[in-house]
Amino acid sequence: MESETKRKGTLKEMIELLMRVIFTACGFIAIAFVLLITVYLIISGLPAIREIGLVDFLFGTRWASTDKTNPAYGILPFILTSIYGTAGAILIGVPIGFMAAVFLSKVAPPKAAAVIRPAVDLLAGIPSVVYGLVGMMVLVPWLKDIFDLKAGDSLLAAILVLAVMILPSIISVSETALKAVPKEYEEASLALGATPLETYFKVSVHAARSGIAASVVLGVGRAIGEAMAILMVAGNSPNMPGLLRSVKFLTTAIASEMSYSSVGSLQRNALYSIGLVLFLFIMFINVMLNLFLKKDKE
Amino acid sequence: MKQPVASPVPTQERDCRKLSPRRRAYEVTMRSLLYLCAGITCALLLSLIGYILYRGLPELSWEFLTSQESILKKTDGILPAIQNTLYVIIVTLIFILPLGVGSAIYLTEYASNRKLVSAIEFATETLSGIPSILYALVGMLVFCQFLGLSKTLIAGAFTLVIMTLPTIIRTTQESLKTVPASYREGALGLGAGKWHMIRTIVLPSSIDGIVTGCILAIGRIVGESAVLMFTAGMSTAMQDFLGKGGLLKSSGATLTVALYVYAKERAKYDLAFSVAVVLLVITFGINLCAKVMGKRMKGKKGGEKK
Amino acid sequence: MNTQTILQARDLDLFYGENQALKAINMEIPQRRITALIGPSGCGKSTFLRTINRMNDLIPGVSVRGQLTYRGEDIYSPEIDVTWLRKKIGMVFQKANPFPMSIYDNIAYGPRIHGVRKKAELDRIVEESLRGAALWDEVKDRLKKSALGLSGGQQQRMCIARALAVQPDVLLMDESTSALDPGSTMRIEELMSQLKERYTVVIVTHNMQQAVRVSDHCAFFLLGELVEYGPTQQLFSQPKDKRTEDYITGRFG
Repeated sequence: MESETKRKGTLKEMIELLMRVIFTACGFIAIAFVLLITVYLIISGLPAIREIGLVDFLFGTRWASTDKTNPAYGILPFILTSIYGTAGAILIGVPIGFMAAVFLSKVAPPKAAAVIRPAVDLLAGIPSVVYGLVGMMVLVPWLKDIFDLKAGDSLLAAILVLAVMILPSIISVSETALKAVPKEYEEASLALGATPLETYFKVSVHAARSGIAASVVLGVGRAIGEAMAILMVAGNSPNMPGLLRSVKFLTTAIASEMSYSSVGSLQRNALYSIGLVLFLFIMFINVMLNLFLKKDKE
Repeated sequence: MKQPVASPVPTQERDCRKLSPRRRAYEVTMRSLLYLCAGITCALLLSLIGYILYRGLPELSWEFLTSQESILKKTDGILPAIQNTLYVIIVTLIFILPLGVGSAIYLTEYASNRKLVSAIEFATETLSGIPSILYALVGMLVFCQFLGLSKTLIAGAFTLVIMTLPTIIRTTQESLKTVPASYREGALGLGAGKWHMIRTIVLPSSIDGIVTGCILAIGRIVGESAVLMFTAGMSTAMQDFLGKGGLLKSSGATLTVALYVYAKERAKYDLAFSVAVVLLVITFGINLCAKVMGKRMKGKKGGEKK
Repeated sequence: MNTQTILQARDLDLFYGENQALKAINMEIPQRRITALIGPSGCGKSTFLRTINRMNDLIPGVSVRGQLTYRGEDIYSPEIDVTWLRKKIGMVFQKANPFPMSIYDNIAYGPRIHGVRKKAELDRIVEESLRGAALWDEVKDRLKKSALGLSGGQQQRMCIARALAVQPDVLLMDESTSALDPGSTMRIEELMSQLKERYTVVIVTHNMQQAVRVSDHCAFFLLGELVEYGPTQQLFSQPKDKRTEDYITGRFG
């Protein structure tokens, strides 16, 4: 009898121990994945950079990976396109998203807000290829007609698509921050004779500023990382960026050439290097985002 | 108490009583901007959905959903894409559930080192910030090449496991946090082991959060295209899942990838729009489910507080 | 007693939807005096205070009947602009609520809203208001620092200064010392006595000792009714109404 309960006891303890080990392993899996991604991108991204030369790679303005006689691997056009494209999307998306967030959180009648909020969620959930499809079928022909171009695939088309795509995250993150502003601030402002709108824009927005900043950074992250939608509208020629020119982003450079580059070739390795550069961009943005969110919590 | 009324407001101040022109202009401008921007957002969504339905609905039929493309019969169908999507969802969930829930349990129930917890949380946030094209790269390198899976649905699902892990961890963690400490103490006080306590008390009360996480993860999987394009293949033909090694070796396009293929490579635009309609409906359904679950969780939270 | 009435309520009713929160209030509030509104919680004293600068407008479903006048003008008349009214009738809340900005920007917020743009003018107003709230000497070297770094009592005095900066006529204080320690409370009570030289002050307080210490007139509210109103000394020494007596002797509340 005694030994049996004892055995049972040890069995129970062993199970407890086993589960602890399993859960601990699961706990570390996120870190393991991040390390895996980092290590793989560095290992596979470095060789091409070493072969091409860091300066030529980052600041070269000519990308001609398939040119047999005189190939070139400069990704400055991609970097600049990504930066311009993101900046353009932010420039259009942030003001609209910010105003829509103020509207939703403060001004909208409850019934209107109850309709618009799910609509914004839906906008956020629509797959990026669907945005790409509509952009390709509607926006691109429009631009072609309006600006009398040979083809409407351009940086501008990509900017417009991206602006729409970042809109939902800007709206929902800003709205959450604005809603969290204590009522007391707004009361104090109203009691001083400010109108409701003056109160929202001068006090509530000020109090929610780090949350709003976080929404912008999040939008930057989204825009810089998007690939499929702009692959369908940007034209994909490695030109230096111009609003109405066909361009390649960092992401679309990878996406468009990955399928036909052969394993082990310098072309493919250079694509990994572009991935590494993109990764560094994103890590920088993540750190920024964390800073803002932490500040918000305080 | 009878006293004279204090002197009335001086007349020169009466003019200041209405908002100054400057303030009135501010009011009007800001209000119209607010309505304009909210209007733009709604108009965008409406026209987007309207246009997709307009282009996609005519082609959509039960047959379209339940058959495959046939050049001989000249019919189109997206059954293969639907099957592939379901397959990827199921495989991803099978792996992600234990991993994500386990990770969340470790974070809320076992981990005691604050620094470690914040390191893990930072890693989770980092994962959710990495764009899918990078997951595509890594998935291709690790699963397709290094592990020799080549372009298969299973390689795609594995890559998606890494990508959707943060979603499951976060929602599970949130619902675990709402389980009152008294439940845990009660169970531990009765002499239950930690695992026993988790199994009988913590997990059942956080099931809503786990389900919500799954719904959100499914949303991401359905919407993902870049990863699957590079890791799972782009064939729109029917897969033989039941054939020899079928489950492991089959490769093909999910709905989103099929849309891309139709639109960009085969110029079958109406077909692409029909797929877009299907995707819209799925997205709508997922949002609805997530909302219902969210409400349930909120209700529970409120109930427990009382 | 040589005073003039600045605020006057005539048969003032207030409803939250179906609920009547104020019942036929008749009251005359004298200029440049401190009037205290006392009574148990839920008696309508705070509601009455908030009708004076129309802060109740913010609550959906509120309706007002009867008349409430400021210097003979109906506060609820459609001709009155609420922003003007609230500029003339300032308010200090129960919990100090400085904006998450610098002390200077907090004080300058009101004047800026009302159109003061010049730096020199703003500087003058900030200094004057802070002096008016007996805070200038404590904060003059840290005007650009966040107001959230001040102590609780300092924050509340800063809120008073912020209210003074728009040059109000009347100052409403809604239990403005209830969250403070005795020392800070005393400082604010002293401040109130100085303020009444220039402003009409109406306070809501839970603390009867405070009402006795600072107020000239006192109004006792119960269940939405104004039970008794008169000079503070008289109300506390010879209450006319049995209910008032019960309350001030601590039989309920």
